[in-house]
Amino acid sequence: MLTTGQAIASIAVMAVVTFLTRALPFLLFDHGDAPPKVVLYLGRVLPPAVIAMLIVYCLRDLSFATLSGWAPAVIAGGVTVGLHLWKHNTLLSIFGGTILYMFLVQSVFV
Amino acid sequence: MDRKALAAAFPVTLPVLMGYLAIGMAFGFMLEAIGYNFVWAFFMSLTIYAGSGQYLGVTLLASAAVLSQVALLTFLINFRHLVYGLSMLEKFRGMGWRKLYMIFSLTDETYALLASAQVPEGVNAKNFYFSVALLDHLYWIVGGVLGSVAGALLGINTQGIEFAMTALFLVIAVDQWKSYPKHQPAIFGAGATLVCLWIAGPDKMLLPALGVIVLVLLAMRPILDEKKEGEKEASQC
Repeated sequence: MLTTGQAIASIAVMAVVTFLTRALPFLLFDHGDAPPKVVLYLGRVLPPAVIAMLIVYCLRDLSFATLSGWAPAVIAGGVTVGLHLWKHNTLLSIFGGTILYMFLVQSVFV
Repeated sequence: MDRKALAAAFPVTLPVLMGYLAIGMAFGFMLEAIGYNFVWAFFMSLTIYAGSGQYLGVTLLASAAVLSQVALLTFLINFRHLVYGLSMLEKFRGMGWRKLYMIFSLTDETYALLASAQVPEGVNAKNFYFSVALLDHLYWIVGGVLGSVAGALLGINTQGIEFAMTALFLVIAVDQWKSYPKHQPAIFGAGATLVCLWIAGPDKMLLPALGVIVLVLLAMRPILDEKKEGEKEASQC
């Protein structure tokens, strides 16, 4: 566990960096110059690549040595995607998948 | 405060009220589960104000990540805001000191409302935008604190609740998959990260993964950038 000071520092960094990502376009392009085309291009193609990267990052600790090392995440992840394709309800998909995952790791694949 | 603008903004923000209470509560719940109480939830929601960013923040706090890792990951997950800002340049012009707050509070949901909502007849547009942003922020803070308090009072077994972050990213990915004409960026993103996980290991994978992704996307620009040469609709996939 972090010390209180370290935790506050982490939160301050998150706050400042989050603000910067929101402020950057205003800092760089609010004076009438058009943004460079390469920036616009990256702004279009980078978000899906980064989200895919973060999904892999979230699942980085899966282990295929045992069933309980991968089955809960794969099942709950599949249900999350399935729910979302079916109902298109963000909250339902997130909560349905998470509650199923909690049930699986607490009661099924102990 | 312009009461008329506030009253006009409130009904527009109702969907966000429901969403932020729920997602904010899940955040407070997770934060409580790793040992940070409602005071932390309040200040994180007040100062960071980012849904997926704060979910990630819970993981970073729990794993005692070093500040450079915190900065990099926060930057990555919020990179999409760059695109939002670009399309709000005009709207926020001439808002004075409130422009700073509008930029700070430009979340996915607030962006969606500001991009689509029609300012009602006879209401000052700038005050209306400001009211939308302020109300959304308020909902988010209330949700986080409520979730944290509920988590402390209920004391239920929260093992596995961190999957909410994975689920959130999966949902975003599904939505992006449907709205983007081309899927190579998502596929390359996943593939490059898997390779980096394999080579660099779970603790050092992110920086190389991001570097590879940016380089590959830049190299593929002639193929992927449909708006480059005129407006030819090339949808191969």
